[in-house]
Amino acid sequence: MSSGIYLAIVLCPLAAALLAGMAGRLIGRAGAHSVTIAAVGASFAMSLMVLREQLDPAAVPLNQEIYTWLVTDGVRMQVGFLVDRLTALMMTVVTFVSLMVHIYTIGYMHDDPGYQRFFSHISLFTFAMLMLVMSNNFMQLYFGWEAVGLVSYLLIGFWYKRPTAIFANLKAFLVNRVGDFGLLLGIATLLAYTGSLDYQEVFAQAASLQGQQMEIFPGSPWSVATIACLGLFVGAMAKSAQMPLHVWLPDSMEGPTPISALIHAATMVTAGVFLLARMSPLFELSQTALSVVLVVGATTALLTGFIGIVQNDIKRVVAYSTLSQLGYMTAALGASAYAAGIFHLMTHAFFKALLFLAAGSVIVAMHHEQDIRKMGGLRRYMPVTYWTSLMGSLALIGFPGFSGFFSKDALIEAVGLSELPFAGFAYYCLMAGVLVTAVYSFRMFFLVFHGKERMDEETRHHLHESPWVITVPLVLLAIPSVAIGWLAIEPLLFGSYFDGAIVVNEDHNVLAELGREFHGSGQFVLHGMLGWPVLLSMFGVGLAWYAYLRNPAFPENVRRRLASVHALLVNKYYLDDLNDKVIARGARGLGSLFWKIGDALLIDGAMVNGSARTLGWIAGYMRRGQTGYLYHYAFAMIVSLAALLAWIIFRGS
Amino acid sequence: MGLLSLLIALPIGGGLLVLASSRGMKAGGFRADRWLALLASLATFVASLPLWTGFDRTTWHMQFVERQPWVPTFNVEYFLGVDGFSMPLILLTTFLTPLVIIAGWETVKLRPAQYFAAFLILEGLMIGVFAALDAFLFYVFWEAMLIPMFVIIGVWGGERRIYATVKFFLYTFLGSVLMLVALIYLYLQADSYSILDFHSLPLSLAEQVWIFLALLVAFAVKVPMWPVHTWLPDAHVEAPTGGSVILAAILLKVGGYGFIRFSLPVTPDAAGLLAPLMIALSLVAVVYIGLVALVQQDLKKLIAYSSVAHMGFVTLGIFLAWGILSRTGELPGVAMGITGGMVQMVSHGFVSGALFLCVGVLYDRMHTREIAAYGGVANTMPRFAAFMVLFAMANSGLPGTSGFVGEFLVILASYQASFWYAFLAATTLVLGAAYTLWMVKRVVFGPVTNERVAALRDLNAREFLVLGLVAAAVMLLGLWPAPLVDVLSASVDNLASHIIQSKL
Repeated sequence: MSSGIYLAIVLCPLAAALLAGMAGRLIGRAGAHSVTIAAVGASFAMSLMVLREQLDPAAVPLNQEIYTWLVTDGVRMQVGFLVDRLTALMMTVVTFVSLMVHIYTIGYMHDDPGYQRFFSHISLFTFAMLMLVMSNNFMQLYFGWEAVGLVSYLLIGFWYKRPTAIFANLKAFLVNRVGDFGLLLGIATLLAYTGSLDYQEVFAQAASLQGQQMEIFPGSPWSVATIACLGLFVGAMAKSAQMPLHVWLPDSMEGPTPISALIHAATMVTAGVFLLARMSPLFELSQTALSVVLVVGATTALLTGFIGIVQNDIKRVVAYSTLSQLGYMTAALGASAYAAGIFHLMTHAFFKALLFLAAGSVIVAMHHEQDIRKMGGLRRYMPVTYWTSLMGSLALIGFPGFSGFFSKDALIEAVGLSELPFAGFAYYCLMAGVLVTAVYSFRMFFLVFHGKERMDEETRHHLHESPWVITVPLVLLAIPSVAIGWLAIEPLLFGSYFDGAIVVNEDHNVLAELGREFHGSGQFVLHGMLGWPVLLSMFGVGLAWYAYLRNPAFPENVRRRLASVHALLVNKYYLDDLNDKVIARGARGLGSLFWKIGDALLIDGAMVNGSARTLGWIAGYMRRGQTGYLYHYAFAMIVSLAALLAWIIFRGS
Repeated sequence: MGLLSLLIALPIGGGLLVLASSRGMKAGGFRADRWLALLASLATFVASLPLWTGFDRTTWHMQFVERQPWVPTFNVEYFLGVDGFSMPLILLTTFLTPLVIIAGWETVKLRPAQYFAAFLILEGLMIGVFAALDAFLFYVFWEAMLIPMFVIIGVWGGERRIYATVKFFLYTFLGSVLMLVALIYLYLQADSYSILDFHSLPLSLAEQVWIFLALLVAFAVKVPMWPVHTWLPDAHVEAPTGGSVILAAILLKVGGYGFIRFSLPVTPDAAGLLAPLMIALSLVAVVYIGLVALVQQDLKKLIAYSSVAHMGFVTLGIFLAWGILSRTGELPGVAMGITGGMVQMVSHGFVSGALFLCVGVLYDRMHTREIAAYGGVANTMPRFAAFMVLFAMANSGLPGTSGFVGEFLVILASYQASFWYAFLAATTLVLGAAYTLWMVKRVVFGPVTNERVAALRDLNAREFLVLGLVAAAVMLLGLWPAPLVDVLSASVDNLASHIIQSKL
């Protein structure tokens, strides 16, 4: 395939974004959405072509430089593409979800005065995300990494008049910068020990990295690979919202719903997962790093799921669900089941985008009411939203046969087979998380679509199904949410799809082990029906049904009994308080201290003015010379300069 | 007349002409002065372009050289020339001066002709500083440069302008005097004022240390480095918009340029000895000043402190060399640090200049620099808000903007010297974003906070042009820094190999 197509995939959304952003008034609302949808649609079509080409068993990865960014010190930094099967899969998922969201936005943002700006931003996001996944080097990775963060910042704060929105976007940017800090140090480690920023060159030297050690703290040598991987993982933790750097993601729900689906569920937040999979040749060198990844992922999966149970804002429930699912993906990576992590990334992108867009459809119908306690019985009014939500929820909880079942079941099994330290702990976290997932998912589902209609009369009167631009993307996302698992599990997990793109050490290749017992998708479903995850999720759905439909007094009782636990969850483990009161306030306090004490008192006060005071008598004498007339000063200067010069010259001769 | 002489003479001559033209001009009539000023600055810019196109990127030797005796008794020469270090800084000067003149087009009411003339004369003197290869000539330009700046702040400045000018003057003058002593000592040793002769002059360690320290005071004040930075916030706060732009964008650069032109090549052993101190001061600038910037209430002070923090990367990049050599014993990383420092200087010229221009736009309308007086500017000035966010992102070092390139290179290079250098330097990712974007949140975003904000008008065509040109430069340098780095590389490599050879 001609290399121009890769460039076109990236540049189409960029060009559309620039057009809609700079000439938005000129091309109008219809112009803005037409041009961006056409561009992203073209990117999607071309991505499909790339994917099809990569599916050919004889396909070779493309590794191509577009232009040289700079060369210094023998290090070549370039902008270029690495397109292999991992990339092709990501490109397809990103452009497909983006296309759906673009179409959906026509309906969702219909009355918004910032219509063109919104389309410009989501197209720009598509560009940035493609740059990230298609990169063949760390510099461009970092560019894409921060560029998606920029667009996320702009879109969370899209409604910039809302104080909560502009607080949330600043928070998101800063927390992500903490991650970028780690990512940059990880990249710097790799550059220092391999002399290159190019993926292939760095990977080629992976073996030589293994033996090397460095001392961050004198006297305690660490493996270079561990330090590099931990740095990269800190970046992934912020972007993919792993505890404790997850705090920005729930607040990001201040942005319009389409971007919650696109950026904060389906694509950008999975960049960390993608990064770790891409870096598998490095992570395989460090058991320590893998263990950290495993534990952080599993802990996040369980703990954030718990918070989801006590949320009442429809978007926040889905947001905590996203956090929890990202934890699942991360745990899979930690167990070296990279392919399972990417598989779950893909299925999650479809069903979570679906759930978010369905939530958006509900929000529009409810006139921007987001509190699920004020909903109920919407099934009758919104059949398409109802059925697609059901599909999405079943996929999320891993109901046998739905896409989420395949990815999650395989992932949990893989972690169960891992022999890393703490793998047992992680396995039980993930298993318990299945129950929690089912509870919060169907709590929301029942409260929104079933039971009593708790909205006010006015709202009820206007309830109706959303227009086609909203429901068509729902249906189109529901299809892969149901079906993709059947088709993809065999090639992705147990076939040779990722050969070459993902490297797994034979010692702990859990997926290969799992693959020996795999005999087709149908068998996998039958086998899974008897497994713990399915039983737990069915139990969770039953619990949600009992607590929120059958016996509504039950949750109230539980809450009273477990008041302290409830408080802990409602306050999100007090992490926000820690950040606001200790870290943010501490930094400002330190800043004031340095400013008032350091700069004003010590430097200006003691050094500058104080040294003058010690020479008080000179100052007293000189005061008479300070007439305030410029020419007096200038004259004095010239005279003294001349004197100084004369002294030095005569002394020298 | 050589090209460099032309670049010095054109703006100075233009400035004098502007002064002359203002005499007898009627109020409300055709304003020949500002058109003349614009013409002179544009002519200088156009005349400076051959420096770029005709520059030989393969050599570190001085180019566009002009050399003739000036004061033969003391071997003082009129000696000009540029290499990869000075050429980009000259272009930065010629690029920004027309923008400053356009920015002051209507907003300067008091003695506009003198205002424009001061900037033109200042431009010629700054070009002189970068082009001079004779230490005496360098010193003349260096000192002369103070005068127009002093006048700009003192005449067109804010309420406390006298305090600020005196502080500015005393600080920089103290440094300059010590530099003069060092230069004269070097002259006595080398029997020449040629800076190139200084480079090859053998000196004992004690001599080097004294010379280094004397030069350090001069250059550190200009950069400015912690703890001699406190003049900068005061000077910026009181300076008029154009003054702030030139001060931040170009005047600070003569400090970094001084280190590269004098300290490193003339006293390499002393620089190596004192490099840990220099690195420590640079890192203090990044972390300490970053925190100080966080709590500023005044827009200009915030940007001024941000400048100090960003210039910390310049000095860090320049002095990393010895840290890298002592740890790895190899050269890789040294050139990357110096290149990063240079790119950071050029980028900071664009970004800080742009931010001060933005503040100027706001100040012209609201006459206050208090952050708290703003809020929700995006509602009434959407186009301005877009520029402000772009420049804020560049200031935060976002990849794709110029602000990223230098910091990225310096952080990568500093890792070669020590993990902890890189660790502390990289805190700018969080701190820089925190102080910049928090400011943007309070000024640009949010609901309209008061009636004065509600009454704001968006950018006019003139302001749009100025900000648009700087924005283009910021993006271009961020997306494709290779042309600038190519210009630097021969000179950087030569400097790197020069400084590791001991003079002892």
